[in-house]
Amino acid sequence: MDIAYFIELLINGALTGMMYGLAALGIVLIYKSSGVPNLAQGAMVMLGAYFAWIAAAQWGIPLPFAIALAVVGMFLFGLFTERFLLRRMVGQPIIMIVMLTLGLEILLRGLGPGLFGAAPKSLDIGIGLAPIIIGDVFINRSYLVGAIVGVIMIGLALLFFRTRLGTKLRAVSDDHVASWSVGISVERAIAISWGLAGASAVAAGVMWGSVQGIDWTLSLLLFPAVAVVILGGLDSIYGVLVAGLIVGILGSVIPGYVDPIVGGGTRDVVTSLIILLTIIFRPHGIFGREDIERV
Amino acid sequence: MFYRLSGVHHTRYETARQIWPVPTDRRVVYILLALALAAPLYLPDLYLSSYVLPWLVWSAAALSLTLLMGIAGQLHFGFAAVMAIGAYSSIHLARAGVPFELALIGAGVITAVIGTLFGAAALRVKGLYLVMATLAMQYLVDWVIINVPAISGGAQATLNTPEVSFLFMPLSGTGLYYGALLWAVIVTVFVLNIKRTSFGRALVAIRDKDYAAAVIGVNPFKYKLLAFFTASFLGGISGAVLAFCYYQAVTPEQFGFNVSIQLVAMVLVGGLGSVIGAYLGAGFVLLAPMFLTNAVAYLAVWGVLPLSSSLLAHIPLMVYGLLIVGFILFEPLGLAKIYDNIRKYFLVWPFRHTQS
Repeated sequence: MDIAYFIELLINGALTGMMYGLAALGIVLIYKSSGVPNLAQGAMVMLGAYFAWIAAAQWGIPLPFAIALAVVGMFLFGLFTERFLLRRMVGQPIIMIVMLTLGLEILLRGLGPGLFGAAPKSLDIGIGLAPIIIGDVFINRSYLVGAIVGVIMIGLALLFFRTRLGTKLRAVSDDHVASWSVGISVERAIAISWGLAGASAVAAGVMWGSVQGIDWTLSLLLFPAVAVVILGGLDSIYGVLVAGLIVGILGSVIPGYVDPIVGGGTRDVVTSLIILLTIIFRPHGIFGREDIERV
Repeated sequence: MFYRLSGVHHTRYETARQIWPVPTDRRVVYILLALALAAPLYLPDLYLSSYVLPWLVWSAAALSLTLLMGIAGQLHFGFAAVMAIGAYSSIHLARAGVPFELALIGAGVITAVIGTLFGAAALRVKGLYLVMATLAMQYLVDWVIINVPAISGGAQATLNTPEVSFLFMPLSGTGLYYGALLWAVIVTVFVLNIKRTSFGRALVAIRDKDYAAAVIGVNPFKYKLLAFFTASFLGGISGAVLAFCYYQAVTPEQFGFNVSIQLVAMVLVGGLGSVIGAYLGAGFVLLAPMFLTNAVAYLAVWGVLPLSSSLLAHIPLMVYGLLIVGFILFEPLGLAKIYDNIRKYFLVWPFRHTQS
């Protein structure tokens, strides 16, 4: 149990955590504006990765433009999802909304591999495989890039909420009726938040797709992303940053020491325990806003 | 005409309290029961054991879940884990030499106790957070089952069910079918009647608003836990019956997270809180993809569908997703509501309107 092993787990865990944050960002964006828990975010990450892969590998578009094209595609996909699915669900019980997004997840999980082939696709974004070596510590280069992208995206999201449009979104997240009464189009704000969630799903999909290949398993990112979101607070962007680090580090360090003893699979247990303990002790998460229920 | 009634009009409390206020409904149920009892006589073994039997057991499981989600209003996305606990407990009890009848009840009690721990989360949170908490518990239970060799018998192991007899009848052949049928009937009678008891009404009060229920003297703490206890008991035995009568073996994959989603889909597609809905939903969610897979394979053999093999392989998954989305969008009250509309139409046919 030398210290270099621990530091390696710590750093790679933190980097993975930032990449989880990338996938979790979309859930927060949507929940913040409309109160809808988007459990289809995992499948949207998968779809974003497929879009980027089609543009880059099938159509031969240079990578930056391919990603830009995928962002546009997923933005539109988000808009359409909101317009045709979620807008009809306003006022329905939460179970219906949860199940609708889960149904969408299942649909996309069939549609993606069905249309583009089930074999994993590789997406080369020009990051070498050689690890960065600092002293005795090996750092995975793609995780590092992914984490940087994650921090940038979270920073952009924070900045976005300071712009004029972002201010509108914050108003909508505070109170729908009050926003209507001052002339903010709540529908458009929610639609934009779905579009942005789609766009952030492309970032997550490209980074994760370059690490582990593009197939339906990308949608399994939903589970750690949900842990990040619950721990950080469903409506907090800062929460994604902090909780991403916590989930990533715990999900790397604990399995690093426990897995050899119990024989694997501890990461899911750590993630489940994080969700469970958060909900039992602090349901609204670290930075989330506490719900006040009126009878 | 068909029901020989002009709407349902109650003049006495006794009639309003009946399970079947319309005599024809009761007769329909008797006919269905007779058909189910005689099914081995007229259905080929293949249909009986691979379609009807799982449908009955899944209906029982969906009924247990609808008791929790539809009547008590506690969302549960880890019900497959509950069934897994029941299946594994019953198998281990039966292997230890406990008579099968007692093993079933023992499995139910073990599951109910563990399932009530699931419910402990319900005391603190509800709605979305309860969904997430039960979802996390599903993963935890899965992991414990897979990684504790004493339960699963090893990492990739399959535990075969031992030969057992139920009430001195060996559980094999058509006995399997009658075992599943008996369990489905027991659960159905239980859930049908629970709505008429004070317990059921307390659960409904909790579902509608737990604060308001507390104000009128229904203890939310007690009844939420009781709801989890009852539903887990039924769900655990359903899992055991599923293992013994249908799979005749258990592996952890039979009770994964996808199965939890499938159960919730059954309840929602059928109609939340409806007994007939649980049957219709279980049948629809279970059998529609089966028939669809067969149909797609059939068409593909004849070359009618010029589609790639990967697309064909994923069509059932897509349709399953579409089914969930479609039902929630267009008929949130589920198949039970569709049935109800048809029934109401015929109740007063040839006239158009009815009061109830």
